[in-house]
Amino acid sequence: MAASTTIDIRQITGRWVLEGAGHVGRLSYFMLDMIRGLSEVRIWWPRMMIEAWNIGAGSLFIVLLISAFAGAVTALQTGYQFTGSIPYYVVGTLVVSSIILELGPVLTALILAGRIGARYAAELGTMRVTEQIDALESLGRSPASHLVIPRVLAGLIMIPALTVLANLSGVVSGWLSVKAVLPVTDADFIYGAQYYWRPWDAYYSVIKAFFFAGSITIIACYMGFNTQQGAEGVGKSTTTAVVTSSVLILVLDTVLTRLLLNQ
Amino acid sequence: MIELHNIHKRFGKQTVLNGVDFQVREGETVALLGPSGTGKSVLLKHIIGLIKPDVGEVIVDGKDICRLKRKDLSELRAQIGYVFQNGALFDSMNVFENVRLGVTDEDKYADLDYVRGRISECIRLVNLPPDTVDKFPAQLSGGMRKRVGIARAIAGSPKYLLYDEPTSGLDPVNADIIDGLVQRLDDELGVTSVMVTHDVRGAFRVADRLALLSEGKLVMQGTPQEFLESKNAKVREFLERDFDNPSFAA
Repeated sequence: MAASTTIDIRQITGRWVLEGAGHVGRLSYFMLDMIRGLSEVRIWWPRMMIEAWNIGAGSLFIVLLISAFAGAVTALQTGYQFTGSIPYYVVGTLVVSSIILELGPVLTALILAGRIGARYAAELGTMRVTEQIDALESLGRSPASHLVIPRVLAGLIMIPALTVLANLSGVVSGWLSVKAVLPVTDADFIYGAQYYWRPWDAYYSVIKAFFFAGSITIIACYMGFNTQQGAEGVGKSTTTAVVTSSVLILVLDTVLTRLLLNQ
Repeated sequence: MIELHNIHKRFGKQTVLNGVDFQVREGETVALLGPSGTGKSVLLKHIIGLIKPDVGEVIVDGKDICRLKRKDLSELRAQIGYVFQNGALFDSMNVFENVRLGVTDEDKYADLDYVRGRISECIRLVNLPPDTVDKFPAQLSGGMRKRVGIARAIAGSPKYLLYDEPTSGLDPVNADIIDGLVQRLDDELGVTSVMVTHDVRGAFRVADRLALLSEGKLVMQGTPQEFLESKNAKVREFLERDFDNPSFAA
């Protein structure tokens, strides 16, 4: 019994290692294809503009809504926890720092991993199982420049832009919320917001969003591109894309915080 | 000329092709026959490099597909039109844009006047009404989608045409229309064609030569007459159903 358990564990570990190595190899080729396809600007530029518009216009409302609620809750909880113990202007500091350093980029990325990542994986997965990607290749055209580069670049441009708007929405919402329930003046809030403010924080927020955008779009396109086995495969690719990019966002969040803030 | 030498292909534990040798001469139309699931489409995809063999060589115009660099492979693919089983049209594009993608010469692709003229010509060649160009694939019937797929495949004026089950899923009337179309395109355009099908009747009507694939091997290659006279059990078994079919005799 023990021997068979050992064999099973070895088999499972071996299969994971092989699958992992397979993914690394395929992802490397996939990225290489993307880099090669960058020279075909005439192909990917118009498609990128359409994708950028789709991401921006389609996601703006939900991103602003969620960051507004996040800002409001952060402000209210800060007020609840610190009332009487520290000066009111600290609420401004905490709201701005929390939103810009963490909640704005991470919440936006997680929402878009579900919204954009799922869509890309499903779109490309369906194109794979209905042989549309094969058709592009058979016409001597690069699927990377027609399908992948426009989506990835649109994400790299629009997700950081949406993050900036989410940050603004969160801060404004937090400001209005705290004014509604606590005796905090505009001057207090602005003083607190500026007291610990460093311009680097804004860059950090955008840099994080840029990395998150890369993980959402590249993982989703890669998963969609490697879809197998019909409709079930499309569902599996979509789920895997969302879960993988969400986990990667959290891992990147930790790594980037360590690298960019804790030097 | 298309030459496949000793092609072996496995997917996991399943052996799909087991030492296939297959040649298509210039100007010829060859129908690749066989029951469903015997690897006909897999063999066809080897010709255009969508699938690489585990063992063996695929040579098109003297070039080994497996050894070509990406750019050279793209250039070679531009000379091959591939008609997919279900059309494989791009859902998000209308017929005009779908067929336009078939114009594989980049300078011509960018020339809108040329593109308009070429697309009209291709749409006419496949017997579709001119206003089809504005429709989306979802608005077309199965037969029309197949014909748009053929229009896209011929838009780049290819030297070779590969058809993957062009009549599958169609009623007999539409299947006849597609068979007639394949025959006419071969005559008018003078292309070299390979048609994968399990429709024996259509294959006899269209092809100069037939090849029967069974259990990963080519059982027989020959003219339609040689197939009719063959005593090979697998050939007889495959043809029998259609021999008994009165429409085949007609």
